[in-house]
Amino acid sequence: MNTNSNIYTIIYTTILVVIVAAILAIVATALKPRQRANVELEQMKSIMLSANIGETNGQPDKKADYKKLYQQHIVNTYVIDGNGNKVDGVDAFSVDLKSQYEAIKNGGNLTLPVYECKADDGSTLTILPCYGAGLWGAIWGYISVEPDGETIRGALFSHASETPGLGGEIAEPWFYNQFDGKKLEDASGAFSSVKIVKGGAGSNQNGVDAISGATITSRSLQNTIEQWMNYYKQILGE
Amino acid sequence: MDKETYLKPLFKGNPITVLVLGICSSLAVTVQLKGALVMALSVTLVTAFSSLFISLLRNTIPNRVRIIVQLVVVAMFVILIDQALKAFSYDTSKMLSVYIGLIITNCIIMGRIEAFALGNKPWPSFVDGAFNGLGYGMILVIVAFFRELFGSGTLLGFQVIPESWYIENGGWYANNGLMILPPMALILLGCVVWVHRAIDKELQEQ
Repeated sequence: MNTNSNIYTIIYTTILVVIVAAILAIVATALKPRQRANVELEQMKSIMLSANIGETNGQPDKKADYKKLYQQHIVNTYVIDGNGNKVDGVDAFSVDLKSQYEAIKNGGNLTLPVYECKADDGSTLTILPCYGAGLWGAIWGYISVEPDGETIRGALFSHASETPGLGGEIAEPWFYNQFDGKKLEDASGAFSSVKIVKGGAGSNQNGVDAISGATITSRSLQNTIEQWMNYYKQILGE
Repeated sequence: MDKETYLKPLFKGNPITVLVLGICSSLAVTVQLKGALVMALSVTLVTAFSSLFISLLRNTIPNRVRIIVQLVVVAMFVILIDQALKAFSYDTSKMLSVYIGLIITNCIIMGRIEAFALGNKPWPSFVDGAFNGLGYGMILVIVAFFRELFGSGTLLGFQVIPESWYIENGGWYANNGLMILPPMALILLGCVVWVHRAIDKELQEQ
């Protein structure tokens, strides 16, 4: 058979591509539920760690069942629009933060998720997500706020592709644990987002140390938190 | 099949240190030993099975579109591995991020298919692919061993350097931050090539 004829080439490639596509489609469909469960578990873990639940001395517990912790501690979830009003009929957990980030940038309808978490000491924390652009890719995180609406209980950040050892440090406990106990207000008592201070924040009540060598990631994270907290401040400290 | 088929890719014809292929990913995924091991295993599976498949099809592939046919087969295996990692080892998949997908562009795979699998029987092709993947993986693991040990003080995530040695705990030791960055991987890779050529004199250029 002439394997160099046009007809043969076209038929050959068509059959090959159809077979490969079928195999990939079957595998992707079969693995989808497991993959989605992994992504959801990761989100639950982030939310729990931001409220300092499931961690010992600031380090995540390796064996903790974050799904169970999430179901135990999260008592209520809702979404708010850009004016701080609750929106009905939207599941906070399944809101795509990236789409909200784009809506904030381009001015669309917002549905910003809010989680209410009953901590082990009995206080009800408000957990607020944020999402923005870092140096190389997306950065996101969760911040938990005490019932007084101004003190931060804990925080957690993550990133898609920041430089390991530099910008990537935002996902390390030493960095995000600095947020514990910081205030969402400045010395005069007015609302202020957390500042990430180059050269060290010292005893600044709403500042944390920036990461040396990661100026852009630090600054992007500060802007991201500020951008989202400007919406969330409407529901804090009511 | 003689011994050369599987010994050559490991030493005299090592894809990284002798053929200088697959350098990009070897710099990117060697920060931690675990990532390097998963990457080594993934590349070995992809090279072995793509070589096997292409070798089985070698007499039917239209010559004018053979590169495209190879790419389709390689891409299929890479996507299968990527999907499996996302489902069964989510943390590793997050750590390796785009580099699993980029196995498609790893020159070793296409290189072995073009140079070997297209002209040889399926079983030798499979062995050739597998051992080229292992030769690549071996260098990855060597580089990652030194980078994780001196960059983070751990091996496979376990603390190896005693905590009490660190300056924070009153000791005298600090992790080398440069080890974590890609340039140091290139320097280490250079050292591996140096050692390899010092041992195997045949590889030295005149």
